[in-house]
Amino acid sequence: MTELVRIAENRQELVLNMGPHHPSTHGVLRFLVHTDGEVMSRAVPEVGYLHRGLEKMAESVNWAGYMPFTDRVNYLEAMFTNQVYAMAVERLLGVEVPERAEFLRVIACELNRLANHFITLGCITMDLGAFTPFVYLLRERETINDLIESLCGNRVTHNYMRIGGVAHDVDDDWLRHLEKFLDHFEPLIEEFRALIVGNEILVRRMAPVAVICAEDAVAWGLVGPNLRASGVDWDVRRDLPYSAYPQVEFSVPLGRDGQGDAQSIAGDCYQRFLVRVEEVRQSCRILRQCLQKLPAGDIKAKVPKLIKPPAAECYAAVEGARGEIGCYVVSDGGPKPYRVKWRTSSFSAMSIIEHISPGLMIADLVAVIATLDVIAPETDR
Amino acid sequence: MEAVEIKNLLQQQLGVDIEWCSDENGVGDPFAVVPAEKWLEACRLARGHEQLQFDYLRALTGTDRPEQEVIEVVAHLFSYRLRHPFVLKTRAQRTQPVLDSISAVWPAAEWYEREIFDLLGVDFRGHRDLRRIMMPDDWPGHPLRKDYQQPDDYHGIPTSRPRAEEQAND
Repeated sequence: MTELVRIAENRQELVLNMGPHHPSTHGVLRFLVHTDGEVMSRAVPEVGYLHRGLEKMAESVNWAGYMPFTDRVNYLEAMFTNQVYAMAVERLLGVEVPERAEFLRVIACELNRLANHFITLGCITMDLGAFTPFVYLLRERETINDLIESLCGNRVTHNYMRIGGVAHDVDDDWLRHLEKFLDHFEPLIEEFRALIVGNEILVRRMAPVAVICAEDAVAWGLVGPNLRASGVDWDVRRDLPYSAYPQVEFSVPLGRDGQGDAQSIAGDCYQRFLVRVEEVRQSCRILRQCLQKLPAGDIKAKVPKLIKPPAAECYAAVEGARGEIGCYVVSDGGPKPYRVKWRTSSFSAMSIIEHISPGLMIADLVAVIATLDVIAPETDR
Repeated sequence: MEAVEIKNLLQQQLGVDIEWCSDENGVGDPFAVVPAEKWLEACRLARGHEQLQFDYLRALTGTDRPEQEVIEVVAHLFSYRLRHPFVLKTRAQRTQPVLDSISAVWPAAEWYEREIFDLLGVDFRGHRDLRRIMMPDDWPGHPLRKDYQQPDDYHGIPTSRPRAEEQAND
């Protein structure tokens, strides 16, 4: 008994390096973990290993030429970063994007969201010890990559959008393939739910672990599924409508106490997981409506060959797979951007980890990284 | 609330003249510039005032303006409750840029300020943990400054790729 008390009095912290190479960080990212046994007193993220200076590069290429660089902001969300950059420049130029192009952008983005969520959901289960769902979801992602490859020639760095529209049109054959994929995939969501979503072992690793309350989520700038899991009803697609989103119907899933599991609390890891599962279903719904409503017409507005936006600045935002992606562009009237800034969701999600880490177990940190869906290159840019 | 009304409210509450930039043709976003010494107070007001309630700091960033001898710091604000956006700016002297940290107003600013400190060299007073975030701690200079010169090497590692023919000779 005295032994135990003595140990409790002289608590000693061990500082542990988790990363930069660690299977659960999915990229190069390091945590300085202060632990006493299995319990952390603090986990400090150290980022910057993948800083490529994408914002500085913008200052040395012309406005249209920056488009392929935007793919590299996040290798899982290339369509969204394409679109938000195009939207920002279009707003400065005052260009109206043709209706068909807007629909094609929505189709491309929702396909991208599906592909991204497959990786995320697969990685969450994989990091928590279930490898099989990851392989199943990766198989489905291959089909999406094939679809996108036949759309624009690239599987990961799409470079599909252009200032004023999109680069390539689709034909009926492609649309039929997309429909066939949806017919095949939608029943699989139910299979995924039945197999893994209610799995007791998985649920106990996530509920109610690392709860982020709504006030904290807003104050730390969490966005997208992470914000909605905390119960904040906000979706850029619905609340600040852009592109063709006002013309399609979809619902915005939210995290709730007890949803899916009696012990789960809004803002915990399990709600972040559930919100993403439901978003997959909503994306399929949007895609089906786009297939029906896709209008005929041009795919690109007329823009001058050498783009010179007037000296002004603007901030555009889209709802990416991880939430709001912002692009702040400043023009001095010249042929090159004066300044481009990326507001990415991983950056703000990463910054909250130090705040929520005290008291969590080391194994919980893996669940936190996985469910916050942080992507190292997106944080570092 | 309209952007110009927000600016008028801030001006009245702070008791200083706020520079207002908006294009008459509506190109781009309008923005307000507060003096550096009122930066923290303006942010507190934007967060706390019941007609403003900017609870969400979308982004905090900076732009180097060597011809004006300043570094602009830009906050993109949004209110989830009142659903209005606003762009608030301030300017720091380029030779010795110092501003008050606003990380006590929005915790999200903590990392954004580290990024501005790293890439533009602005010092934030009252920041809990101000150190480089993207570049290594001993990196010379601030890359997003317009007059930045990239060093040739970092601890003996060249920062540019050898040309193809030189590689072939090795």
